[in-house]
Amino acid sequence: MAESDTNKNPAKEDVQEPGRRDFIVVATYAMAGLGAAAVAWPLIDQLNPAADTLALANIEVDISKIAVGQSITVKWRGKPVFIRHRTADEIVRANATDLDDLRDPQIDTARAEKPEYLVLVGVCTHLGCVPLGQKTGEVRGDYDGWFCPCHGSHYDTSGRIRKGPAPTNLEVPPYNFLSDSVVRIG
Amino acid sequence: MSANQFKSPVVRWIDHRLPVFSMLHHTAHDYPTPKNLNYMWNFGSLAGLSLAIMIVTGIVLAMSYTAHVDYAFDSVERIMRDVNHGWMIRYIHMNTASFFFIVIYLHMFRGLYYGSYKAPRELLWMLGVVIFLLMMATAFMGYVLPWGQMSFWGATVITNLFSAIPYVGESIVTLLWGGFSVDNATLNRFFSLHYLMPFVIAGVVVLHIVALHRFGSNNPIGIDTKGPQDTISFHPYYTIKDVFGIAVFLLLLAMVVFFFPNAMGHPDNYIPANAMQTPAHIVPEWYFLPFYAILRAVPDKLGGVLLMFGAIAVLFILPWLDRSPVRSARFRPLFRIFFWLFFVNAIALGYLGGKPAEGIYVILSRVATAWYFLHFLAILPILSMFEITKPLPKSISEPVLKGNSKRAGPLGAGLEPAE
Repeated sequence: MAESDTNKNPAKEDVQEPGRRDFIVVATYAMAGLGAAAVAWPLIDQLNPAADTLALANIEVDISKIAVGQSITVKWRGKPVFIRHRTADEIVRANATDLDDLRDPQIDTARAEKPEYLVLVGVCTHLGCVPLGQKTGEVRGDYDGWFCPCHGSHYDTSGRIRKGPAPTNLEVPPYNFLSDSVVRIG
Repeated sequence: MSANQFKSPVVRWIDHRLPVFSMLHHTAHDYPTPKNLNYMWNFGSLAGLSLAIMIVTGIVLAMSYTAHVDYAFDSVERIMRDVNHGWMIRYIHMNTASFFFIVIYLHMFRGLYYGSYKAPRELLWMLGVVIFLLMMATAFMGYVLPWGQMSFWGATVITNLFSAIPYVGESIVTLLWGGFSVDNATLNRFFSLHYLMPFVIAGVVVLHIVALHRFGSNNPIGIDTKGPQDTISFHPYYTIKDVFGIAVFLLLLAMVVFFFPNAMGHPDNYIPANAMQTPAHIVPEWYFLPFYAILRAVPDKLGGVLLMFGAIAVLFILPWLDRSPVRSARFRPLFRIFFWLFFVNAIALGYLGGKPAEGIYVILSRVATAWYFLHFLAILPILSMFEITKPLPKSISEPVLKGNSKRAGPLGAGLEPAE
């Protein structure tokens, strides 16, 4: 094999042309590698959320009992979700903010489907703590929204980052209003 | 190969300080192996592969399993239905357990046929019996974890074996249970031990291999290798042979996992455990059936338990029961007949263990049990005194090169000048 190859290329006599044996070796290793990958995938993928975990991925919340200026916290996918019935003043202030003042510029109407109800994932975008500001009497930060006690991030009345180490605004989860009183999150 | 012959400078650097590569190279590459091993010598590597599959799939299953009487059954069903690929991982774990025992039984029968337990390999054999015992304990506790009817009643029956011990039996059973019946405490300790045991087995496997490499593998002729002309290096000759065996093994395993995953299980184990109701016909997993038959053959509680454990204990002293200096059955015409009788008898015990303990089955179980012990305790010692063995070849090469020229085949052809 190799000899006949080198005969065809006399200029490259010292270069070993790949022969049949090299091909077999490479093909064997390639097949073994494919097999190993095919075996590894199910073992890794089983770490992903199971079907029953995914089935719990949305919840319905009755919001008719939330008074103006009040907040509730519900659990969605194991995380707190803040639902705040905002006061007119808070909505005005959220809308009046100059986008140039924001680290993660976003207009308030893009963050709240109905302006009076703000729905946020209550997890600081810095390192995952739950910010304060849901209960009356809690610190709400310099911008009257939420304040994360772990590393001092301040969020405004639209849940946007204004000060502190967090890089982005509080996340808005996917949600829609099934009726005036029921919101489905997820 | 010495350390500085490794190609990669990184490997050389590490090996100079931590000679793991030299050790591996010595164990799995250079290791001089008799050149006449047949396919019966594949089952050692297959057993190692089975252990590896069991440990990997088991660790993964433990991530989704809940060891609690109220949740265990449901958590296993959740693995089957909801966890990604969970059904496959569990079926692989279940069926590899069965395949592991098939492989181990063939490995043991190989040793019995070719006299691999004889001097100087007695400890090698005894370590193997230890591994077998640990495997049985591990398999039993693993079978309890899904907390189905067979799990529960298997656990009850097997732990009750210890109540046969005079005076302290009841206290020992209470200790094993952590209560007054098989319950949550039992399930939790079984889960803990089921997770631990495979690693203990892996440790004994290392000792087994160290003992093996002290004198090298036995071979179908059963005579010692006389030098380099009788051996070939483990790699690539036996690695490639082992890989071929592994490919066949995995094909069969895949066939069972994907087409007959419950063929070797019992449907009653898909009924949640019920402490108030024993299934009509309870049987252990198939690999315990021969020993189960021995247990039931004896009409006495303590006697049955002693004989069942004795059936394994007798394997420990086998090297001193069979004192014939000739290892391989090829040169022992009478031994060979009795070996196959023993083999058929062992299969018969397995069959009888799965039948109800009534009528003719009880009588046949007693005959087969008696034969099992007769084989080890009477036939083997007597044979080693009176059997006239065939003359042994002078070396491993001899029968191939001249003694049997018709069967010489490609090795004989190798003597001719290559074309």
